[in-house]
Amino acid sequence: MAKQHVTAVINGEETEFLCETQQTMLDVLRDVIGLTGSKEGCASGDCGACSVIVDGRLVCSCLMLGVEAEGKAITTIEGVADGETLHPVQQKFLEHAALQCGFCTPGLIVAAKALLDENPNPTETEARYWLAGNLCRCTGYDKVIRAVMDAAAVMRGEAAR
Amino acid sequence: MSSLNYAAPTTVDEAVKLLAGASGLAKVLSGGTDLLVQLRAGRLKPDLIVDTKKIPGIIGIRKGSDGGFVIGAATPGAEVEANAELNAAWPGLVEALDLIGSTQVQGRCSLAGNLCNASPAADSVPALYAAGAIAVVVGSKGRREVPVEQIPTGPGRTSLAKDEFILEFKLPPRGPRSADAYLRFIPRTEMDIAVVGCGINVTLDEKGVCTAARVALGAVSPTVIMVPEAAQILVGHTLDADTLAKLDAAAQAAAKPITDKRGTVEYRKKIAGVLARRVAAIAFDRAQGKTNGKAH
Ligand SMILES: Cc1cc2nc3c(=O)[nH]c(=O)nc-3n(C[C@H](O)[C@H](O)[C@H](O)COP(=O)(O)OP(=O)(O)OC[C@H]3O[C@@H](n4cnc5c(N)ncnc54)[C@H](O)[C@@H]3O)c2cc1C
Ligand code: FES
Ligand code: FES
Repeated sequence: MAKQHVTAVINGEETEFLCETQQTMLDVLRDVIGLTGSKEGCASGDCGACSVIVDGRLVCSCLMLGVEAEGKAITTIEGVADGETLHPVQQKFLEHAALQCGFCTPGLIVAAKALLDENPNPTETEARYWLAGNLCRCTGYDKVIRAVMDAAAVMRGEAAR
Repeated sequence: MSSLNYAAPTTVDEAVKLLAGASGLAKVLSGGTDLLVQLRAGRLKPDLIVDTKKIPGIIGIRKGSDGGFVIGAATPGAEVEANAELNAAWPGLVEALDLIGSTQVQGRCSLAGNLCNASPAADSVPALYAAGAIAVVVGSKGRREVPVEQIPTGPGRTSLAKDEFILEFKLPPRGPRSADAYLRFIPRTEMDIAVVGCGINVTLDEKGVCTAARVALGAVSPTVIMVPEAAQILVGHTLDADTLAKLDAAAQAAAKPITDKRGTVEYRKKIAGVLARRVAAIAFDRAQGKTNGKAH
């Protein structure tokens, strides 16, 4: 089959690309469009390093075909900051040193942003369950959770940026 | 480079024609959380993928003419979980689907995919069986309504013809004092495959005596199984110690598990009994309005 032509809105910009049926959205982001922020940790839905938001829902881009993006709005890690201004989750990841090697970080930040978009005031338990599909082999998760809870407080206007 | 074709039809007729006309293996795509893993691993080499998600009604939840819920086959877990009315009427089915995978997997995984992937350990399937759900199947010969327990025939196999797929699931109308529950046993709290799963759905009378019951077990047989012997033990009784003991024994007797890395035959049988007791207790409590919280 000839390559498929797909039009989607990626990080707010209308984007056209060509892909093969079997290419995943992650393959398309990294290898076709050149957005290499989303990572491939497992390619089987287990690690969450490839997390993106599609029409408001958090998904693994490794478990979605590129052709399925037709007509959809997709947010990747590259679309989380507002220009030069970091998203509160990104800022707090830096402040809390919530990363070491950083491989899991794009996925965790996208997943945390999706959580706070949906639930501005999560409990720590809710945050931990929400992020259970994002594996990190370095941090032990504690600093990640501190960063997410702190970012939530900032976004609610209860703590300083 | 490759010959894998993709189509995203917008009508049932178009989808059925594509499936019927496919030269080699054609696979229906819902959330892709099983299909894409199998594609990637090379375990599956289809010639055509038919993405049915653009067909109206295949995603979404509505009430049917009989007052029962109708759930679109490809509705993602996250959307099912967010439906308050469905949660109130079918807490067991919702909690079972909600157990699948992570938040990311919930963004895509569907009842139809879980049922048609036909894993014996599929979490939403015992709850679907216990609910008495009906699959609305469409194909070249038209539309037929099939009890969900007639769909899986073995690990990874279903009774659907090449040109058939599931459009939606119908749940029976909910009367008073009726509730369901699902529990699985896993060694951790998230992201694991059931060692045993159990779904139970009951209706009680004013005195708390069971008038109707359905019991299903997962991961103890090549497919999820109905256990009518266990359901019969509940009917006509309250959940007293004697009934619980008999239910436990019936669940253990029905379980025909294998020994694998998740557990031995003896262990799984024992767990099947324990889960049956616990799930029955939750379903009875819910039916009497004692709890409406989640079992997890
Ligand atoms: C990280 C991870 C964790 C998981 N955890 C669990 C878990 O805890 N419990 C569990 O039970 N499962 C789990 N799964 C497996 C999977 O998520 C579920 O089985 C899910 O419900 C599949 O739904 P889907 O819509 O993604 O199916 P798809 O992958 O789209 O399809 C699965 C199969 O069903 C067929 N199919 C799909 N839709 C239809 C239809 N409408 N009519 C006919 N056939 C159809 C497809 O052709 C395919 O063979 C997990 C998967 C991953 C990746
Ligand atoms: S790469 Fe997608 S979940 Fe690991
Ligand atoms: S920082 Fe290394 S995997 Fe998370």
